[in-house]
Amino acid sequence: MIATSMTLRQPVPEELPSRGRVGMFTLIGAESAVFTIFVVAYIFYLGKSLSGPTPQDVLKAPIFFSVCLLSSSLTIHLAGKALHQGNVGKFSRWWFATIALGVVFLYGTAREWQRLIYHEGLTISTNLFGTTYFSLVGLHAFHVIVGLLCLTFVFVFSVFGYVEPKHEYQVEILSLYWHFVDSVWIVVFTVVYIVGR
Amino acid sequence: MSTNSISWSNDVAESRPFVDLIHEWVTTVDHKRLGLLYIGFAMTFLIVGGIEATVMRLQLIRPHNDLVSPQVFNRLFTMHGTTMIFFVVMPILFGFGNYLIPLMIGSRDMAFPRLNAFSFWVMAFGGLLLYFSLVGANGLYGAGNAPDVGWFAYAPLTSQTFSPGHSTDFWTLAILVSGFGSIGTAINILATILCMRCPGMSLGKMPLFAWLYLVTAGLVVLAISPLTAAQIMLLIDRYLGGHFFDTQAGGSAVIWMHFFWVFGHPEVYVLVLPAFAFASEIIPVFSRKPIFGYSVMVAATVAIGFISMSVWAHHMFTVGMGPGANTFFVLSTMAIAVPTGIKIFNWLGTMWGGNIEFSTPMLFCIAFLFQFLIAGLTGIMQACAPFDWQLGSSYFVVAHFHYVIVGAILFCTFAALYYWFPKMTGRMYNERLGRLHFWLFLIGFHLTFDFMHIPGLLGMPRRIYTYEPGRGWDIWNLIITIGVFFQAAAILVLLVNLLWSFWRGTRAGNDPWDAWTLEWSVPSPPPPYNFYSIPAILSRRPLWDLKHPNDPDWKYEGTP
Amino acid sequence: MRLRDCNYCGRSRFSAPILWLLCCSREVFALPAHSLSPTNIFAPASTPAHSILGVSLFVLAVTGAIFVVVFSLLVYTVVRFRKKIDEASEPAQVYGSTQVEVAWTVVPTLLVVALFMATVRVIADTQRVARPYNALEVIAIGHQFWWEYRYPGLGIVTANELHVPVSDSGRATPTFLSLLSADTDHSFWVPRLAGKTDLIPNHPNQMWIDPRETGLFLGQCAQYCGTQHAKMLLRVYVQTADEFDQWVKAQRQTARPTSAASEGQRIFESTACVNCHAVAGTPAKGRFGPDLTHLMSRDTIAAGVAANTDENLRRWIRNPDEIKPGSRMPAMQLNETQLDAVTAYLETLH
Repeated sequence: MIATSMTLRQPVPEELPSRGRVGMFTLIGAESAVFTIFVVAYIFYLGKSLSGPTPQDVLKAPIFFSVCLLSSSLTIHLAGKALHQGNVGKFSRWWFATIALGVVFLYGTAREWQRLIYHEGLTISTNLFGTTYFSLVGLHAFHVIVGLLCLTFVFVFSVFGYVEPKHEYQVEILSLYWHFVDSVWIVVFTVVYIVGR
Repeated sequence: MSTNSISWSNDVAESRPFVDLIHEWVTTVDHKRLGLLYIGFAMTFLIVGGIEATVMRLQLIRPHNDLVSPQVFNRLFTMHGTTMIFFVVMPILFGFGNYLIPLMIGSRDMAFPRLNAFSFWVMAFGGLLLYFSLVGANGLYGAGNAPDVGWFAYAPLTSQTFSPGHSTDFWTLAILVSGFGSIGTAINILATILCMRCPGMSLGKMPLFAWLYLVTAGLVVLAISPLTAAQIMLLIDRYLGGHFFDTQAGGSAVIWMHFFWVFGHPEVYVLVLPAFAFASEIIPVFSRKPIFGYSVMVAATVAIGFISMSVWAHHMFTVGMGPGANTFFVLSTMAIAVPTGIKIFNWLGTMWGGNIEFSTPMLFCIAFLFQFLIAGLTGIMQACAPFDWQLGSSYFVVAHFHYVIVGAILFCTFAALYYWFPKMTGRMYNERLGRLHFWLFLIGFHLTFDFMHIPGLLGMPRRIYTYEPGRGWDIWNLIITIGVFFQAAAILVLLVNLLWSFWRGTRAGNDPWDAWTLEWSVPSPPPPYNFYSIPAILSRRPLWDLKHPNDPDWKYEGTP
Repeated sequence: MRLRDCNYCGRSRFSAPILWLLCCSREVFALPAHSLSPTNIFAPASTPAHSILGVSLFVLAVTGAIFVVVFSLLVYTVVRFRKKIDEASEPAQVYGSTQVEVAWTVVPTLLVVALFMATVRVIADTQRVARPYNALEVIAIGHQFWWEYRYPGLGIVTANELHVPVSDSGRATPTFLSLLSADTDHSFWVPRLAGKTDLIPNHPNQMWIDPRETGLFLGQCAQYCGTQHAKMLLRVYVQTADEFDQWVKAQRQTARPTSAASEGQRIFESTACVNCHAVAGTPAKGRFGPDLTHLMSRDTIAAGVAANTDENLRRWIRNPDEIKPGSRMPAMQLNETQLDAVTAYLETLH
């Protein structure tokens, strides 16, 4: 049977970080490493395609859709604040706005890919630019889809009344992931549409 | 008196359906059971990987041997390397981490028990997927689909052109999938250590074991992901017509090497740091002294973690990177020798002035010190890039890394198996069989891996299924192969010892070694909830404080 | 044990005795290292290998010294501080010592700096070398599982056996090799001549050798390249200037047609042989496999794997997998008469 220390000296209490936050930041760290490798490949292969369309030829910066995605960071933050204040209805509305903005972003990506593939003749197998572009943007889009699925789950829970103010911690952890996805887009956008062109 | 209703070394014979027992183990989220599952899984694949090695060594026992065809040999060395790294050493180290970290930091479980279970099962699935390649889709007869591209799978050998069929895909997917498990475990370890330490246990007061696993977990997070990324790129190349590594389209074979080794080098530190963790717990206990220079050990570990991310291209000295890059990587690789050496000296300092007990765990740790010294020195030799232009890709490298993985990591793992066996099973292992294991394995290890340096110095490259007579390699290959049989015998002795002692060993109490960290304060095996009440601690050696109330550690800590 | 001036750097044992002793001793003591093995890295016969050996001995000396010191300390510790049988009390609990930690941080750091400085110089010496005007240029192209050699300045294409002139201190004629690959990664490793350098597709590399003695130098591919990586052997023939010139002259000639082997030539040129192989002066212009114009000038076939005899040649053509299973040459399904004819034809290609 183990007991606490039997000396007169008392241990100094320490404020330990929360598990969810540490876990999510670690996951973000791992994902950042994955994205870094794809970004490095993209930058390394700039200008090295032997043939086919170049970024300058075919890329058009998706400003509107990027603004949508980055605004979704704001709306998810407002949703979290609403929940913190105890207003579940307001939380639901801002949460839905986040999902809607994310979906609009994905629609924009789909439209751009359709244009690139069918009108510009750029596919993942066309040349090095095609391979690195679709992989990098596609990897990001995949993470947006996963995020949207999680957000939708929470939205459905809130519609059926299962979300309460005490869940603000879990909502915050999920928001961290969403903010990460948005920051990755800032990097991808800069590398692909600004630096790379 | 502990409620061991679901423990497995019961006095009371309970008649429960076997299916129930299986169900419990398959659905467990208890860190101790998952730890044991990892260890059991790893030991099984150790046998498999060892058989692969034995067949290879029999093929190489003499020149122009024809025991196996070149195709089979190439599959053997690929599977041997992949199995040993991903499905033996990593799982066994994760197993010990899972089992011991909560016990050592005074918590009831890991931070995310269900993630823990997921990580184990996904890793196990990866291992089975890799071996399914032997039979899947036109496999068998000569194990047709097992991957044969080497464990580092250099491009463009892995492209569809040079590796048609699915063997490479089994390699890629098995490791990709088990990589998710590794990252899950790393997340768990980080969150557990940072968030669930018991009252009084600041970061400066937790066992060195926890520090080493903390840095290991950080490395896993940063290092496994580049491999995941590279493997996704490889799959895109093979199936979506991508050109990441397609040299015909202007792609680069060298960039695969960079991505792989950015993973590969930190990976070997992921493998060795937990071994250091075992040594850092075992050596003090059997020297009867605290670890010498705790803070310096922590600093050295963190330094190793950081520097290890910057040395990767020393695996690429012969690739033609240019003198500037070669020079940088020489410097970073030699630099990492400094904190590593400091650790050896600190272990030496721990034993110095102590009362050394030569129990089986300590025997393995002492051998580890000698062997790791040699391994580190042959590493420095290869850090010198021009020397590496001769030594690289030869049997000298094979000897060096087996010296680290077997001579350092496996020896420490054996030490850990014996040291914590009483805690995990509640029984003592047989000391005489333990020593027999030690001496047999020591002889076999040195016969094989000492002499393996020589063919490398005489020009024998690696990954060759046979060799020419008249190169001066014949006698050395013969001796190397003979050593394998001693090692195999030793492993047999180990298995007999573990199994026999589990059923018939003498009962062990809480603290058979008179040790000082928290896991020795709970019953053996521990109850599911670990601690009756969460302890509060004052020093790095809470049990020393309890046993020596007039001379507790906290009076002296604050010194390095 | 003969003491003489250094063959490579010219250092005299009288003018700079310490340096001579440290850097040149392996050369001047004329260690018979090459008798242990024809691929012994401690028996250099060319400047790159010699420079590597120089820094290697230095590294070995330093690591050897570290080993002796730490090993002795470990042995001493394990023996001296064994637990005595009647020992009941715990020893003094020492937690650490700042001075000791500083000492064993500073000393290794200084050693690392020394090793680094020695290394950097050799990297520069090997990789930043100006090409002399009379250097021989060779392009080496790695294939699965053979070596193609082109001498662009001399108009020669050959395979598997590399001929270079000796480069003695009187008249230095080094050979500069450009290393390319037609398929996967390979590595050119002839230990007595130089360290290994990889042949990587889409990543041309350079290396150089200046062999100081004539003879045959052996090596093999040192980067796993597929099934028959083990049998991609290297043979470097270092010849005197006259011998080399004669060899060049013979290699530059086209194949002379002979009536005796015309049937074999007809079969060779009408089956798929010409898809892969080239014979200068005939319609055969394939580049996938080795150039066969001067096949009979080589001692071995299949990249050093088998002696170039009538029997082996015939076996190889009938079924390459019998000699080198997994090689890229398919069995051409010739009958015995066709085999005899083709072999006879190839044996006219001197």
